[in-house]
Amino acid sequence: MRPTLAFTLAFSAATLFAPLAHAAGASDTDQERNARWQEIAKSIFGDKTIESTDTLVKIEAPKRAEDAALVPITLSMPDREKIKSVSLIIDDNPAPYAAKFEFGPAADTRELKLRVRVNNYTDMHAVVETPDGKLYEAKQFVKASGGCSAPMGMSDEEAMKGMGDMRMKFAEAQPGKPVEATLMIRHPNFSGMQMNQVTRDFTPARYIDKVTVSAGDETVFTMTGDISIASNPVINFGFKPDGKAIKVAASDNQGGRWSHSFNAPSPTN
Amino acid sequence: MTASSGHPTRSGLTRRQSLFGGLCLCCLGTAGLSPRAYAETFTMDEVGPGIFIRKGLIADADAQNLDAIANIGFIVGENGVLVTESGGSLADGQWLRSEIAKRTDKPITHVVLTHVHPDHAFGAGAFVADKPVFVGHAKLKEALDARGEFYRKRLIDLFGEEKTGPVVYPTMAVADTAEIDLGDRTLVFTAHGPAHTTSDLSMRDSKSGLLFPADLLFVERIPSLDGSLKGWLKELERIKATGAAQAVPGHGPVRVELAPAVADLTAYLTALRDETKAAIAKDVPIDKAVGLVAQGQQDKWKLFEHYNRRNVTVAYQELEWD
Repeated sequence: MRPTLAFTLAFSAATLFAPLAHAAGASDTDQERNARWQEIAKSIFGDKTIESTDTLVKIEAPKRAEDAALVPITLSMPDREKIKSVSLIIDDNPAPYAAKFEFGPAADTRELKLRVRVNNYTDMHAVVETPDGKLYEAKQFVKASGGCSAPMGMSDEEAMKGMGDMRMKFAEAQPGKPVEATLMIRHPNFSGMQMNQVTRDFTPARYIDKVTVSAGDETVFTMTGDISIASNPVINFGFKPDGKAIKVAASDNQGGRWSHSFNAPSPTN
Repeated sequence: MTASSGHPTRSGLTRRQSLFGGLCLCCLGTAGLSPRAYAETFTMDEVGPGIFIRKGLIADADAQNLDAIANIGFIVGENGVLVTESGGSLADGQWLRSEIAKRTDKPITHVVLTHVHPDHAFGAGAFVADKPVFVGHAKLKEALDARGEFYRKRLIDLFGEEKTGPVVYPTMAVADTAEIDLGDRTLVFTAHGPAHTTSDLSMRDSKSGLLFPADLLFVERIPSLDGSLKGWLKELERIKATGAAQAVPGHGPVRVELAPAVADLTAYLTALRDETKAAIAKDVPIDKAVGLVAQGQQDKWKLFEHYNRRNVTVAYQELEWD
């Protein structure tokens, strides 16, 4: 059985976090980082071989993040036919497996953007799975620290205001062409490492764990997420419109469920 | 440090450790300014009758400067001394306390905590033994609850626990306005809505007419946005409406003409707002917007490269839900 994200994360928390959190640091050598990646990759993908690629997937991230609690990431996967899913792993985060996107028939994978938290100087890996089950990885080093524990600058109540509200924006549509869309979800995505202002306890982790976007009857993607996704998640993605409504269903790890429907841009203008 | 990089570490790599609360703290050993180095680096300027201000360094906090980067000082009244800003670390506050002792033996009765940021709040520990009233915005307590320990750890990483000091809480909370009477002069306080931070407190001295807007007014040093961009522009209108001719800004020269200083700051914040809005409207994603917005302001502010991209990041998040 392939480990699911949830399984892997539970596993990570129990076995990877403790030894790695202390080992990880800004001054680690490439060998140390690589050894850590091998360990994480094994926990997620088992014994499957992961080849490196510079064509199937590319990661773009600021080399030095402005705000460790909001690090914009772009994943480029130009060859739609060869992409079944992509996993983003932030090696030195407390829960390294940040997100997995499984693409459906309505997806355009050329450019996918999301915002993450980065807790330490770290390698980031994007691992794509091809339809024949092979794995390919790309890597990017990012300098940032403290992103997971950075306080939100407001009370928990304020941070949770409007939780589950969504917006979607569409770039201009051209007939027959995929459309770029931006999905915004109001959600604090508490990491479990931020301190509550009143009780001085850590606010329990409460994060978006699944988002499914579909265009009409066809899935664009299903994202499985974790605490490494920045608060108020924003995802930029491409899809093939068929004139029907775009539906978004999101849930969090504490039983929150939200769904919204958006009018797709007209492909006839 | 230079405008574009952090300090070299042992490995020779340039490293800026982190940005937090709008402040960049850079990592180095744990030397710190000695009392003598302080004496050589800093002086107190008498900017008004009985008002003494030290100009903060236009730099990011590091192990050497002990976070002495804000304009701090005190006002001597008939009945006692009011500390306008406490300093960026226990060590910085202790230096300020020694400067007060050189000039007056009146008791230190009040210490103002103008907002939550470490370069303004961590000097307070030096005055705890004086048992003054610690004056702060009504929202300062919760802001310190959320961030105080986080900031303290970062300062400890820079120059050690001994020089950092404790998180000190306000004992007098200002929700709207308040007055403190020092005998021959009265200080009038205003608690502002979310602007530079969510806990900005300004003050006006009746004797000199000087306004103390703290970090609602940045001069020379690029402002850091950590509250609300729209709110800050709104609160600047209130600052102007005070009619004060001169002010002691939180950073920059120790005394400035208020109107032109507010105009410069308004120009930056307006550029930040309008250009971020335009980027959002054109679907320019945040990772591209940080390199494009407010570039016309680049030559007008020191440390621009350190803070503008972060300011755009903060502004973008505020404005994208409009």
